[in-house]
Amino acid sequence: MRRALLLLVGFAVLAGDIGLLAGCAGEKKGGAGKGAAGASGPPAYGDALVDGSIGDVSGFVSAVTSDQPSHAAAGFVFNGLVRYDKNLQLEGELAESWEVSKDGKKITFHLRENVKWHDGAPFSSGDVLFTYRKMIDPRTPTAYAEDFKQVSRVLAPDPYTFIAEYDKPFAPALASWGMHILPKHLLEEYPDISKSPLNKKPVGTGPYRFLEWKTGEKVVFEENPDYFEGRPYISRVVIRVIPDPATMFLELKSGGIDYMGLTPLQFTRQTETPEFKNSFNKYRYLSFGYTYLGFRLSHPFFSDKRVRQAIAHAVNKKEIIDGVLFGLGHEATGPYKPGTWAYNPNVKKFAYDPAKAKAILGEAGWKPGRDGILAKDGRKFAFTVLTNAGNESRAKTAAIIQQNLAAVGIKMEIRTVEWAAFINEFVKKRKFDALILGWTIPQDPDLFDIWNSAKTGPDELNHIGYANAEVDRLLEKGRRTFDMEQRKKAYFRIQEILADEQPIVFLYVPDALQAIHKRFHGIEPAPAGIDYNFIKWYVPKGEQKYTTFR
Amino acid sequence: MAKGREHSILLDFLRRLVRNRLAVAGGAVVLFFFVLSAFPHVFSRHDPNRIDVLKVLQPPSADHPLGTDELGRDVLARMVHGARISLKVGFVAVGIATAIGLLVGLVSGFYGGWIDAVLMRFVDIMLCFPTFFLILAVIAFLEPSIYNIMLVIGVTGWMGVSRLVRAETLSLKERDFVAAARAQGAGNARIIFRHILPNALAPVLVSATLGVAGAILTESALSFLGIGVQPPTPSWGNILTAGKDNIEFAWWLSVYPGLAILFTVLGYNLLGEGIRDAVDPRLRGR
Amino acid sequence: MLRYIVRRVLLMVPMLVGISLISFLVINMAPGGPIGIAADLNPKATAEYRERLKAYYGLDQPLHVRYGRWLGRMITLDFGDSFSPDGRQVSEKIKERIPVTLAINLLSMALIFFIAIPIGIYSAVRKDSWFDRISTVAVFTGFAVPTFWLALLLMILFGVKLGWLPISGLVSLEHASLGAAGKIWDRARHLILPVLLAGFGGLAGFSRYMRSNMLEVIRQDYIATAKAKGLPERKVVFRHAMRNALLPVITILGLSVPDLLGGSVIFETIFAIPGMGQLFYQGVMSRDYPLIMGILVIGAFLTLIGNLLADVGYALADPRIRTE
Repeated sequence: MRRALLLLVGFAVLAGDIGLLAGCAGEKKGGAGKGAAGASGPPAYGDALVDGSIGDVSGFVSAVTSDQPSHAAAGFVFNGLVRYDKNLQLEGELAESWEVSKDGKKITFHLRENVKWHDGAPFSSGDVLFTYRKMIDPRTPTAYAEDFKQVSRVLAPDPYTFIAEYDKPFAPALASWGMHILPKHLLEEYPDISKSPLNKKPVGTGPYRFLEWKTGEKVVFEENPDYFEGRPYISRVVIRVIPDPATMFLELKSGGIDYMGLTPLQFTRQTETPEFKNSFNKYRYLSFGYTYLGFRLSHPFFSDKRVRQAIAHAVNKKEIIDGVLFGLGHEATGPYKPGTWAYNPNVKKFAYDPAKAKAILGEAGWKPGRDGILAKDGRKFAFTVLTNAGNESRAKTAAIIQQNLAAVGIKMEIRTVEWAAFINEFVKKRKFDALILGWTIPQDPDLFDIWNSAKTGPDELNHIGYANAEVDRLLEKGRRTFDMEQRKKAYFRIQEILADEQPIVFLYVPDALQAIHKRFHGIEPAPAGIDYNFIKWYVPKGEQKYTTFR
Repeated sequence: MAKGREHSILLDFLRRLVRNRLAVAGGAVVLFFFVLSAFPHVFSRHDPNRIDVLKVLQPPSADHPLGTDELGRDVLARMVHGARISLKVGFVAVGIATAIGLLVGLVSGFYGGWIDAVLMRFVDIMLCFPTFFLILAVIAFLEPSIYNIMLVIGVTGWMGVSRLVRAETLSLKERDFVAAARAQGAGNARIIFRHILPNALAPVLVSATLGVAGAILTESALSFLGIGVQPPTPSWGNILTAGKDNIEFAWWLSVYPGLAILFTVLGYNLLGEGIRDAVDPRLRGR
Repeated sequence: MLRYIVRRVLLMVPMLVGISLISFLVINMAPGGPIGIAADLNPKATAEYRERLKAYYGLDQPLHVRYGRWLGRMITLDFGDSFSPDGRQVSEKIKERIPVTLAINLLSMALIFFIAIPIGIYSAVRKDSWFDRISTVAVFTGFAVPTFWLALLLMILFGVKLGWLPISGLVSLEHASLGAAGKIWDRARHLILPVLLAGFGGLAGFSRYMRSNMLEVIRQDYIATAKAKGLPERKVVFRHAMRNALLPVITILGLSVPDLLGGSVIFETIFAIPGMGQLFYQGVMSRDYPLIMGILVIGAFLTLIGNLLADVGYALADPRIRTE
């Protein structure tokens, strides 16, 4: 029901709900004994779940928003044709089934019949067609048009069949139809869907109906009793906006909210008390995102591969994982998540070795000056790393790297910039030496937009300016075939090249850490995290807390 | 004026100041933190930026008298170095505000007429804007470096001073000694700087003392919003902000910077009030 | 009296012009100018969007024409559309947020008034007593303590440990199902901590001002006369001294509007209250220039209104001004 889209991880991901970034190896903590809660009864309808979010929703049409709170909220109301199941395999949502033609150029979706929009109008292939047209409409301010521009022709031969054709095979095509389908009958008259009332008062096909949005305060959804996959047990979902993380944690403890993402510190130290464990279950799983130290590759220092490799040796990733994540995360070695099919575990690794780093830098011509700082041709090795303000983990990571680099004679200044300015003034304009940032890891391994040498325009995502002909070729190859083995081979090789070239130093994949009130049952951690079966969560009759709203 | 008389005025002032117990207490606090920030290395041998992930969030101990923070840095070291930054923000910001305020007030009060009218309407308008909003807005245009913060707090905080100085100037320029100086052929600049300025300084000193307190508070509020002095440079504001997320678990991270800000601001206020009373008994408590 | 009010209102006009001029300069000071920023902020900014913005800001016009237009729109409270993805009108967004902020500020002002005035009077009457000293330290403590820190400490005490008060927000989830009295109580419970906190911070200014006014008044001849006539101290203080000392305090109420508004950024963020302060902070963080300008102008305008009300109140209470 919630999907991680390809986007820059910045402020947005800080937003309480890290559950968006689904992951694997679910591990349930706390909840010492279910036996104690003998009252735990059978599934029952009713009660409400209150979720805490740092940021407010900006709109419900997810095509035109790019922040996590908005995507999370839209996920309650809207459906796509397909989605990822608990094992991260694509399955039908609004589509009952689909066929991909032999040559991979044509996908035929068979849609569910008898699906109704929340206003009672029937859902049909016309809505899918309409959504597609809006995605490629230049008047739609969307960041996700690229996948749909690959489509050469669409057809809706009958109300329950939808066909998309491509000129060339396009591997991410199927996943791209997870985009939320919009109601044609309510949007037709609006040239720019971001300005339509639907963006504020959504009407979808999803498990929850929109009830109210009080900007800056809360969003409320109520169950859709006619949901095509069955009526959700939990009657209401409230997303409360609480901008300060310290306040949010106190709200959790006092019962004001039921569900929030925890920081590593909260997870390891502050929630290990008996009171907390009596009221909450904690969940931990590897998230779908990684943090990295990136270089502007046109910078004279960093254009030299040896320098980047030396820095990779000088950075103590273990110290970062211990110090920043309290051990709750994995070392990152490439742009994929450990344990997924595209992840190559056997790439070149850079052990923490300051002596070796110094030696490599020496080879590259960097010799220590009298003040201990390396210099070459009279120029000192001093640079500034940028990161976004308000992200405690990144600030801490920067501080550790600063100390690591000082040990090998590199002077690194840290500058934190608030998110909007960071992206617009520095990242897009390429005004940086180096930066600490994060990427989400999409379920489909196609990373064309990030690593292709053609994607270096100001609004494009290859902001470090990476260019490697072989990687370009492999990226194209990987997206033009549906053959898993071939794709895997291409992506494995890409990871080897990236690991060797170190255009960015891959730092860590953090764990997603969640706390949920104990009265919620039916939560089953899976590779996709915990949110995938939200409509099956329930509170037994005797434990229900909010009972007065009807 | 004769040296002797100045001497006795100063003595008189000090005698009155010392009699005010609250002012003395405030002064002691101010002096304490001043000494602390002047010699940070004497008070803590740790490096305020030395990270040690094996010593994260340790409660106060013999080696770390105020404990360690979320990166294992010594809190005492960060507090004493932070004192330096916080006080610097306070003093420089107030310096800027006072300079602008003095200039505007002197010119306005001395020349009067349309200059006065224009400047004072400008002051009125500036006073209408919520200062903190204005500071946030300007920070949005610039970036939150320590220099910008000092500059912005200074540039948005001079209006009160200028009104005070103007009022003082208005009454001073009618006094005999100004007329006497003018009769002796002194120019405007000389009269302003030689005769009016020194006599207008007392209320400025009071407002500057209070201003330092306000600037320290403003910096901590900016830090809370993430746009104050940027880490890893320690300031009391950002130490407290980092500490608030661990407020129940690691109390030493928020209690010490919280109390330091509280006592310092309190100290400057009490001292400022004391100075005001001591300078001019007629103005007591004003 | 009416003439006085009319004169005061007319005097507001040049002030408003001045406010608009400063705001205009601020927006034009933005690096890259408003268009560059809007386009940068929105990677999908279409040519049409740019043109619309350009037309809105009239960038093809000379400076004085642009200022004239800006002034005209400001008077009709048209600040353009927000840069945020919802793209709503700035005035609409502000209208939605302003009541909460005003309510909290008015409540805390009332609180300040009713606590600070007695403290100021008593401190003056018993100058240098223990009460005077302790209250001095107490009111300054309110001013000196970092708001967000104290807020969290109070939340832990009253919200988590004692469980007496809600921690944040405006109403509880079940608000809609409560009866009329329940609804009021629910709202009140949510407002207790923010109002107390905003009030505590403002005590110092008022009580000290009241104290010094009282000291001044007490020293006046007519008070001495009243005392000499043998009137009881209580009567002298309340009947004669207090009334005269209170008058100037009224004007200070108007002047305190900008400080209270500024403080609202902090306590609205910490208490998760969707007011104007939080809106402004979010606007600053996302560089939503139309929104920033809108709130700055409205904030200044509120101060003007506050000053006007205070001065009119003062005039009503003090006949000397009226006849002037």
